[in-house]
Amino acid sequence: MSRSLASLGFAAGLLVSTGAWAVELSISCSALGKEYEICKQGVDAWAQRTGNTVKIVSTPNSATERLALFQQLLAAGAGDIDVFQIDVVSTGTLAQHLLDLSSKAQGSIGDHLPAMAETSRVGGKLVAVPWFADAGLLYYRQDLLDKYKRPVPQTWADLTETARLIQEGERKEGRGDFWGYVWQGRAYEGLATNALEWVASYNGGTIVDDKGEVTIENPKAAEALKLAAGWVGTITPEGVLNYTEEESRGVFQAGNAVFMRNWPYAWALAQGADSTIKGKVGIAPLPKGGPDGHHAGTLGGQLLAVSKYSKNADAATDLVMYLTGEDEQKRRAVQGSFNPTIVSLYSDSDIAKANPFIGDLVDVFTNAVARPATVTGQNYNKVSTEFFNAVHQVLSKRAEAAQALNRLDRDLKRIKRNGWE
Amino acid sequence: MKHLARIGFWLLVLAIGLFSIFPFYYAIVSSFRSGAELFSVAYLPQRLDFSNYAAVFERQPFGRNILNSILVAGSVVAVSLGLGITAAYAFGRIAFRGRSLLLMTILAVSMFPQVAVLSGMFELIRSLGLYNTLPGLILANLMLTLPFTVWVLTTFMRELPKEIEEAAYVDGATPWIVVRRVFLPLMAPAAVTTGLLAFIVSWNEFLFALTFTLTNEQRTVPPAIALMSGSTAYELPWGTIMAASVIVTLPIIALVLVFQRKIVAGLTAGAVKG
Amino acid sequence: MSGAIAGTGVPAPSLVRARRSSLTRSRIRAAWLFIAPTLVILTLIAGWPLARTIWFSFTDASLNSLDDYDFIGFENYLANYDGEWLGLLTEPDWWHSVWNTVWFTAISVSIETVLGIVVALILNAAFPGRGLMRAVILIPWAIPTVVSARMWNWMLHDQFGVINDMLLRLGLIAAPITWTANPDTALWTVVMVDVWKTTPFMALLILAALQMLPGDIYEAARVDGVHPVRVFFRVTLPLIKPALLVAVIFRALDSLRVFDLIYVLTANSRDTASMSVYARQQLVDFQEVGLGSAASTLIFLIIALLIVITLALGRVRLGEDPR
Repeated sequence: MSRSLASLGFAAGLLVSTGAWAVELSISCSALGKEYEICKQGVDAWAQRTGNTVKIVSTPNSATERLALFQQLLAAGAGDIDVFQIDVVSTGTLAQHLLDLSSKAQGSIGDHLPAMAETSRVGGKLVAVPWFADAGLLYYRQDLLDKYKRPVPQTWADLTETARLIQEGERKEGRGDFWGYVWQGRAYEGLATNALEWVASYNGGTIVDDKGEVTIENPKAAEALKLAAGWVGTITPEGVLNYTEEESRGVFQAGNAVFMRNWPYAWALAQGADSTIKGKVGIAPLPKGGPDGHHAGTLGGQLLAVSKYSKNADAATDLVMYLTGEDEQKRRAVQGSFNPTIVSLYSDSDIAKANPFIGDLVDVFTNAVARPATVTGQNYNKVSTEFFNAVHQVLSKRAEAAQALNRLDRDLKRIKRNGWE
Repeated sequence: MKHLARIGFWLLVLAIGLFSIFPFYYAIVSSFRSGAELFSVAYLPQRLDFSNYAAVFERQPFGRNILNSILVAGSVVAVSLGLGITAAYAFGRIAFRGRSLLLMTILAVSMFPQVAVLSGMFELIRSLGLYNTLPGLILANLMLTLPFTVWVLTTFMRELPKEIEEAAYVDGATPWIVVRRVFLPLMAPAAVTTGLLAFIVSWNEFLFALTFTLTNEQRTVPPAIALMSGSTAYELPWGTIMAASVIVTLPIIALVLVFQRKIVAGLTAGAVKG
Repeated sequence: MSGAIAGTGVPAPSLVRARRSSLTRSRIRAAWLFIAPTLVILTLIAGWPLARTIWFSFTDASLNSLDDYDFIGFENYLANYDGEWLGLLTEPDWWHSVWNTVWFTAISVSIETVLGIVVALILNAAFPGRGLMRAVILIPWAIPTVVSARMWNWMLHDQFGVINDMLLRLGLIAAPITWTANPDTALWTVVMVDVWKTTPFMALLILAALQMLPGDIYEAARVDGVHPVRVFFRVTLPLIKPALLVAVIFRALDSLRVFDLIYVLTANSRDTASMSVYARQQLVDFQEVGLGSAASTLIFLIIALLIVITLALGRVRLGEDPR
């Protein structure tokens, strides 16, 4: 009797221990290619160390579609994915379904870029941990600037002038399809990031301020939009109104533009072996609005979060802490050029050797402007959609800047009505 | 005059053929290119570089994805046609009360946008325990193909002359035998066409396939292609996507060529004299 | 088969009548048996999702709190807050998307119908290589929309797109056209891609209808020396009309719900948004399940209305007996 009881107890203990330790987790990170490889290596290392198994679930590339899929899963309370890779602007939207990681991550969150850390906090809870950072950059053609003896532009006015000069010069030499400046003007989230850069660089605010007040209707913002609308059809092809990142990279990398606004990913591709502009490209912070404006790149990047419906929340949290930890971020920076979110890594010599331009980026990241995603919470998508649609109207010359901003202000206040919640 | 008509006819054939095939041809050309080349225009492939094709199969279980698509689309067609032909016989050949109302109700299923039924369907599939399985996808896709199959087959069924089945009934045949022995052969061209169209609908279905499956092994082709990415999130691996598109279009072309005869078989004039 | 039918004897009249009525009853029973599986499956897979959507359209549910919502009646459709009319029915963006969709459907389905008939007639004619032609025609429909829409996006790029390059080389245009970026041309571009993509669907269905036509009608017409165009309008068209109408209805159903094509080609731009794009934006992007469901329900009503009108204009009698 006692023996059978003991063995029963033993069996139960075994069950508990396997239940607690050898668990299977699912993590969503990027679908394929190098990003997948790098993610898999990190995940495998953790799995090996802890004896757990981790499945990687491929999700769509586009942040919008990924968010839609996550919402579908989470709204149904499905625990199929334990760890989510989410965009910096999705925390507010998903916060309700994410586990508060404060107890585990509170100590280390201070090591991350302040702007990134800010995006992981919603309503006093820490719902995610920063994984890698992104920000808008100015790409320029060093060879063409040299040819026309122009410096890297510091203000948008400089950029406009230089772009016009070089475009005219190149066209005179018979390159009819040469343009000055390409960026992302399609009516999607990317236009919101581009336009926020213009507005913020003119000190025109960030659409909605930290306290939740709608601030977009101001003369500085109008000035910024007017400037951008002036580019379309002059130094920027009209087609930019439907460009995403890859379409603009297409024009730039084919050697048909002197300036481009894009994320850091374009660097490795522009310098790739088969690139027509290899060795002729430089990067810089995006220009200032004016002498008293400032350099503003919109903050992008990804965070890791744990689902509230995860059946193995502890192990999942442990995985998140491992992947966002210093060692793993360093490995990812060296092997995959993922920009770390931990500030001290920007002075790391191994990383600097692997990515020579990383030192330039730290300023860009620390000065990056965050989209008002956390303050507007679940309403962020509405705010951003109203914003990029208003900007799109101005760019396609269907509305005057001031008039569009006035309407935008009214619409945003209507969305806010009883606070952002 | 006759020559002129002949030339005109061939010009028309040529124009339609070119319009149909050019994007596919351009996909083939693009699938042999890579990197910055993709940002320029080329009308002829400069070289036969199959690295994009290799990449398609290397980085994911693409063979499995194709098999899944064939299984799903094949089952959807089998079920749709099986149910569709019997239902079409009932709707098209038998007068009973409430039949127009029922037909409209079936049509109404196709009037909601897919995204609106997505959440409900998601809950349904999960509660049936079919999440991340092929049967779940088959069930979901039936919603897209079944109304269409029933309607088209009913229309064709109704067009057949009345006398066809009367004699068989007088001979004492049951409705089931009439459907199988009399209508099935007559409906062959329509059924093959409808089946082919339903196959393609299911083959191309994206939203359900993306939402109701989770792992690469259970995915069908469209989400598998849509989830292809370059080395970073923003880069679009254009050459690989084009290679994958070429690969998945080939089975459809093969299917058409196989069923060719059926589609054109038509009816022997004698059987339908009415 | 016809031999067997012709060989049947003629039974006595009274017997025939008695057998007829029992036959009718057994046939009606068979009809319900035949329809039952289809109805069961459709109720199972469509019943719950559809009912749920309609129910949610009367609530303030949000994607984040699907279990916790209030019934708010018609407020998603029309409501009066402090003298200000709000709700979907007062939303200019919604009506704009309705207009876009109806415009898109009318234009693209008309073009597809005409083109589909032409292609079907060609495929129905005997000429060398028509087998291959049949496969070629079907290619556009066989490429998954997620891919072909992006493919067109690439080909229509204003700077390095092949379409502009081709037109420039042929001297048809003087400067590159910004196909999808310019709101004035964007919807036409979507129409063009849709025509390319779905004409095969029309053509194949019409071809099937042509194939089912009895050959002796043409024989008679040819013997009488009637002009082919006349034969087409007097004989062929009336005969394939039912199949043509069904093809048109299903094409219209599809294009009234158009989503992926517009979404991939022009994203969330308000100038080109369709009803489905609008509904998805509310449902998914904005998490307004209530409002999105209301939009979906309105889409359902609008489509139902248009289909009923089409059926009435086409004088389709659903209860019609076989000829």
